[in-house]
Amino acid sequence: MSILGFLDKYGDKLIKAIGVHLQYVFISVTIGLVIALILGILLSRVPKISKIVIPIIGVFQTIPGLVFIGVLFIYLGMKPITVIIALSIYAIFPILKNTYTGIVNVDESLKEAARGCGMSNVQILFKIELPLAMGAIFSGVRMSTIYTVSWAVLAAMIGLGGLGEFVYRGIDTNNKVLIIGGALPAAILAIILGLFIDFIQNRITPRGLKGGK
Amino acid sequence: MVSVFLENENDAIDREELYMIVYENVSKKYNDVTVVDNLSLTINDGEFVVLIGPSGCGKTTTLKLINKLIKMDEGTISIDDKNIMNIDAVELRRKIGYVIQQIGLFPNMTIEENISVVPKLLKWSKEKCHQRVCELLELVNMPYEENAKKYPNELSGGQQQRIGVLRALAGEPPIILMDEPFGALDPITRENLQDELKVLQKKLHKTIIFVTHDMDEAVNMADKIVFMSKGKVLQVASPEEMLNKPADPIISNFLGKLSFSPNGNDLTCADVMKKKVLIVPETKKTLECVALMKKRELNSAVVVDVNDKFKGAVTIENIREHGKPGEMISKILDTQIETVMITTNAKEAFDKLIETKADYLVVLDRDKTVAGIITGSSMTKALASVVWGEEN
Repeated sequence: MSILGFLDKYGDKLIKAIGVHLQYVFISVTIGLVIALILGILLSRVPKISKIVIPIIGVFQTIPGLVFIGVLFIYLGMKPITVIIALSIYAIFPILKNTYTGIVNVDESLKEAARGCGMSNVQILFKIELPLAMGAIFSGVRMSTIYTVSWAVLAAMIGLGGLGEFVYRGIDTNNKVLIIGGALPAAILAIILGLFIDFIQNRITPRGLKGGK
Repeated sequence: MVSVFLENENDAIDREELYMIVYENVSKKYNDVTVVDNLSLTINDGEFVVLIGPSGCGKTTTLKLINKLIKMDEGTISIDDKNIMNIDAVELRRKIGYVIQQIGLFPNMTIEENISVVPKLLKWSKEKCHQRVCELLELVNMPYEENAKKYPNELSGGQQQRIGVLRALAGEPPIILMDEPFGALDPITRENLQDELKVLQKKLHKTIIFVTHDMDEAVNMADKIVFMSKGKVLQVASPEEMLNKPADPIISNFLGKLSFSPNGNDLTCADVMKKKVLIVPETKKTLECVALMKKRELNSAVVVDVNDKFKGAVTIENIREHGKPGEMISKILDTQIETVMITTNAKEAFDKLIETKADYLVVLDRDKTVAGIITGSSMTKALASVVWGEEN
C-alpha cells in the first residue's frame, strides 16, 4: 500500500489519533511539570533528605508502563484519567530530578553573593536559582515529553485511542502497514516536540547563559 | 536614636562616627574549633580597615559576622550603637555592600540588572535605578552605552570585579565589606583596581572593611591594618606603624615574606619589571589614546586585542605623525616590539635590552597577556635592591 493510499484510507483516523495522542502528552507533561517543579524546589531545600528520597522515586520509574497502566485500569476503569494519571507520574521523574540537580548545582558563591545583596530565600530562588537551573529543567521537560509520546501508545492497550490504536490493531490483524502507520507518526511527533522545546528554550535563555558556560 | 542608616549620604558626613562598628567580646566556634576568639574591635566611620593574617586566622569569619552571613556565638556587634542582633538580616544586608573573591555576578542578568539588584530590592523607582547605574558606570570609565546591556561573561575578569564593586556601591550603603575582592585577578589588574578603589573611597567616604592575605595590598590600601592570628587580634595599627614596629613575632614573620630579596641570579622578568603600564585595547581611537597617555604622563602605550592578548605598542610621536583623528590605533600600531616571557631569567632580558637598543621590553604572561614592561630604570632599580638591600 502506498503512502497516499494509506492516507486516503486512514487519513481522518490518523489525524484524530494524533490529536488524542497530543492531548495525552500535553496534559500529562503539564501536570508532571507542575508537580515536579514544586517537589524539586521543596527537595532542593533539604538536600540531605533528597539524597535518599530521589533514588527511591527513581525506582518507581523502572516499573514498566504496561504494568502500571494495567493496575490503574483495575481501579479506575477505562477512562482517559487512567492514562493521564499514569503518564503524568512517569513525566514527573525526569523533570523532578533535573530541577533538583539544576538548583543544587547553582554555584555556592552566587548564592552567597545574592544573600549578601540582601535577597530573601524566596528572591534567591526566583531570581537566581530557578533561572540558572532553567537549562536543566528544559532538558528534563524534553526528556519527559519524548518518553510520554512513546508511553502514550500504551493508552490503546485499554482502548483509549491515540496512535497506539493503529499499532495494536496492526498487531492483532497482522497488518504491517497499520503498525508502521502508528509508529512512524509517533516517532516524528517525538522529534518535532523535542525541536519545539529546544526552540522555546533558545528563545527564553538570556545571552549570558548561552555558549559554553 | 535615629534609624540605623540614613537615606541621604550627605547627612552621614555631617555627623561624626555615625556608622562606627563595634565588636565586643565576639566569639565564633565551629564544632570545637574556635575561629574568632573573644574579639573586640572598633571601626570608625569612613575608615578603610584591612583585616589580614595567615589563612585560618578568622579574618573572613570576622567580616561575615557584620552582615550576618555567619552568626556569632557570643558577644555583640553594633553598628551606630545598634545591636545587629536586633536588625533583620535581610534588611541589614541591603544596607551593607558586599564584594567577594569569586565576583559572583549573576550570569543570567545584564550588567545593568546586576548593578541595580540592591536598588531594586530597596524599591527605588525605575528612573532612579537607571540613573544610578549610569553614574556608577561613569565612575569606573565603563560607558553605559557600551557595557550596560552586556552579560558578565562578555567582560574581562577585571571589568567583572569593577561591576562587582559597583553592585556593592549601588544601594548607597555606608559600609562595604570586601572579602579578598582582588585575589583572583592578575597582578596588573589587581593594582589598577586597588588604585581605583582608593580613589573611590576618597570620593565617597565609605567605611570599608577589606580582607586580604596580601601584605602589599594591605599596606597599599589601609588606613588601619588589623592583624589577626588564631581568631585573635594581634595588632591594630597604621601601615607605617605595623611595618616599623610589628607587635608580635608572627607579624614580623609575615612581613618578612614581603622584604625577602632574592639572589641576583634567581631574578626573573617578574622581579625586574614595572607592573604599572598603560594598556589600551586596539579598538581605541587615536585621540583617546593620546589623552590617556597625557593623563598618565607616558609617551607610549601597550596595545592588546579583545582577549587582552598582546598586539604591539604605540608611541605619542607615532600617533602624531601617522594617526588620523577618529581612527583606531590598530591601524598604526608597531608590532615589531621585543618581548620576553615573565619566567625568563632577568639576565637574559637585560642582555636583550642592551643588544636591541630598545627603549623597553614587553613582558608577557604564559597566555600572551601583558604582565608589565622592563625599562632601563626598572632594571636598575631591581638590581640595586639586590645589591644594597630592599630599601624602597
